[in-house]
Order: sequence, then C-alpha cells, then structure tokens
Amino acid sequence: MSTEPVLSVSGLWANYGATPILQGVNMNVAKGEIVGLIGRNGVGKTTTLRCLIGLLSAKSGAIRVLGHDMAGQPSDAFARLGIGYIPQGREVFPRMTVAENLAVGELIGGPAGKKLYDFVYQYFPRLKERSQQLAGTMSGGEQQQLAIGRALIGNPSLMLLDEPSEGIQPSIVQMICEVLKSIRRELGTTILLVEQNLDTILAISERCYVMEKGRIVNEIEKGMVTANSVRSHLSI
Amino acid sequence: MMGVINMAHGEFIMCGAYVTVGLVHGGLPLPLAQLCGVIAAGLVGVLVEMTIVRRFYKRPLDSLLATWGLSLVVTQGMLILVGSSLAGIGTPEGSFKVGEYSFSTYRLVLFGGAIAALAVIYFIFMRTRFGVHARATMQNPQMAQALGVKVGRVYAISFGIGAALAGFCGALYAPTMTLIPTMGATFIVESFVTVVVGGANVLLGTAPAGALLAIIRTSLNAWEGQIIGQIGMLIAVILIIRILPEGVSGFLTRRQR
Repeated sequence: MSTEPVLSVSGLWANYGATPILQGVNMNVAKGEIVGLIGRNGVGKTTTLRCLIGLLSAKSGAIRVLGHDMAGQPSDAFARLGIGYIPQGREVFPRMTVAENLAVGELIGGPAGKKLYDFVYQYFPRLKERSQQLAGTMSGGEQQQLAIGRALIGNPSLMLLDEPSEGIQPSIVQMICEVLKSIRRELGTTILLVEQNLDTILAISERCYVMEKGRIVNEIEKGMVTANSVRSHLSI
Repeated sequence: MMGVINMAHGEFIMCGAYVTVGLVHGGLPLPLAQLCGVIAAGLVGVLVEMTIVRRFYKRPLDSLLATWGLSLVVTQGMLILVGSSLAGIGTPEGSFKVGEYSFSTYRLVLFGGAIAALAVIYFIFMRTRFGVHARATMQNPQMAQALGVKVGRVYAISFGIGAALAGFCGALYAPTMTLIPTMGATFIVESFVTVVVGGANVLLGTAPAGALLAIIRTSLNAWEGQIIGQIGMLIAVILIIRILPEGVSGFLTRRQR
C-alpha cells in the first residue's frame, strides 16, 4: 500500500479540565506493526488512546489516520474509518447479549467493509457458545474476549487496546496474545496497545514507545524489546 | 435513561389528537387521519429533541422545567389559535354485549391498540439494528459512540418514537373525548405515576403497573365515582412506592433471582 503510516500523531496536547495531561505526543505506527505504549501510572497512556478514538478532543496537534486528518472529529467518525477500540475495563454492554454486543461493532469500518463473524467465532469459540448470554453475566476473561471480538468484527485497520491483561488470569492473557498475533498475520491489522504487564509486552510488542509526563521520552526499537529494556521503564 | 423528564409529553398526545380530528373534519377517513396524527407527533418530537431537549441530557430537573415551559407555551398557544375547544368527531358506531352490559366496539380497538403499541416497541428495541444501537447507547453512550454509533441521531429518533407513541394515544382517544388544549394534562398525571410505580423495566414494570392502577381506579370509579377513583389510585401509588421503592419491575426481577 502507500507509504503513509496507519497512524501518525504529532504535537498532541490534551487536557482534563484545566490540567494538561498530554504535552506534545509524537508517534508513528506503520501498517501491520504491533506497538506497545508503556510507562508508569498516570503518565497519559490511556489519555493518548482516548484521543486516538476521539473520546477526548485534543487541544492542539495533529492526528492522521490512514491519511485522514481526524483532529476534532467525533468518536463515531474514528470508528467508521476503521479503528477498533478495546477500553480499559472492557466496557461491554452488560444488559445485551454477546451477539448484540458484536452487532454494534459491525459499524466499525463503515457499512461497506466486510464483517468477520466467522473469524471472530473461530478464534473465540467461547463467544459462539455464549452468543445468547447477557454480557454482564460473563467472567472478566470472557468479557475481554468479547471486547476484542466486538472491535474485530468490522475488520479494523487499527486496533487500540488499553491494558488487555488487566485483571485476567494468565492462561487467558496468553491466549489473547496468540489471537492478536494471528489477527495481524492473517488480516494485516495494525495494533497499538497500552500495557503494564511485562510478560504481555514481551509476548507481542515488536516496538515500544515510552511515555513520561505526557510525552514520548524514549523508543525501544524493533529487536530491542527485552525484559531489561522494558523493566527499566515500568513502575518499580 | 436519557436523563430527561419530559413534561411536554401530554402535548404530543394533544398533537396526535388535534391532527386526527382536523383531518377527519377535512374529509379524511379516520384510520388514515390517525396515522397522520402519529407521524405528525413523531416528527414534532424529533424537532423538539433537536432544538430543546438535546441541550438537557443528564440534567433531569432542568429538562423538567424547560419541557414544562414548552408545554405551557403550546397549550396557551393552541388556546389562542384554535379556541377553547374543537368540535369532536364522535366515536365510531358499533357495540357488543358481555352479559347484560353493552360496550362500544371502539373500546376494543383501544384495547388492541395498546397491546399492539407494546408489541411494536418491543420489536423495534429488541429485534432491529436500530434497537441494538439504541440500547447500547442507553447503557454506555461513550462506548457506543467509540464503536461507531451516531448517538445524537439515536437520541433524536428514540425521542421521536416516544412522541409518536404519545401521538398514537391521542389519535386513538380523539374520537372519544372533547378536544381542549389542556387535554394532555389529563393523561400526564396517570402516565407519570404509572412510570414511577413501574420502575426501570418497561415490559416487566410499566405495563403491569398500568394494568394494576387501571383496575384499582376503574373499580373504585364504578363503586363510588370518579373522585374516589382518583383519590384511591393516588393512595395506592403512595402505598406501592412505600413498600416497593424500586417499583413493580424491581420487585419482579428480584423475585426471578
């Protein structure tokens, strides 16, 4: 495809109320990359993702997704362009069935894009078994699979994951990491994830951006993502 | 669930009724006029949402004041424009007997209309794509939008459906009552207490609550007259809220578990 990166962020500033959280974030993610966004608590990782899905509007700076200038657009425009967002705490719709939760995700990528029910059910057979169950009655791990499936159903170009391993048992985390790698391999999906868990970062990130005080302060290059390099940037 | 209290709902009832009666006077057959009444109320609802209600989401008390103001403006405006009452159109002919009592057939139509309205609403919200998006929006608007739902449009259409339902009520009742601009207020008290008694779940709460209060009221009406009926119903409401603070649906869903 083109040489334009899937995601390009430059000089991104954002506030919560009067408090500046992001103070000039710059990053580029190329097609098919799996990139980790790491750093200690409260440095602005989640805020960055919220800006990238349009839930928080940036005070200044540019967000380009697939060549479109998206700053100031509403959140649904980001989704329809093909961004699948998996928030912290899953946020499935609790009083709707699994199938209905997935149906909402069909909007991602717009009406013309293809919808990947077979693919999602193949990788998350649990969701097929439980398709008529209310999402709020499932375990945390199942809800995380649903949140990923819901974002995946519309064949997104870019997936944003906020701490996918948080509060989930290790075997499920491992399974989710494998699925994410398969998604990238088979669909060419670009993945940006915020993560604090060392094992998860090492398992899937090819490259990492390190955040501190609302800025990207360091980048761990491809091939350099090791336990030592990552550990030094996580909470002590 | 949208965080608004709409005090102008009675005026959508009036809108449905007035459009129906006006069109029948203009020569349209009753069912067609009623359909137009429903559509008119729905469209006015969408318009009201886009101009006024939209600014008051998650501000119940402010929305109550604003829509109450709208209600006053509309009723007084109608009084000036159309006069204190509109000539009625008469209930359609036909009656049937149960034992020695005779009822107008049109009462059965009202009964069927209420059940059909419930069925249609259930279908829209539980079986259609729009329904899925609407429920997602009610449960978590931010997440719904982050998945591509145009939440502003969902709110406008939902509000329009509510207004169309009120218009349906007015259109159905139009042949049976005298049309005055304040007619909406006669419904709003009953609807308000029914919603409060019903609790959060419409199908499990509001519908049974409506049936329950109707039984209490009509039997007291038949026994001691209208005023006792009204008083008795309101006392029943106070008692139910005292005993079941979560309403009928809270009671029923707790029993299920």
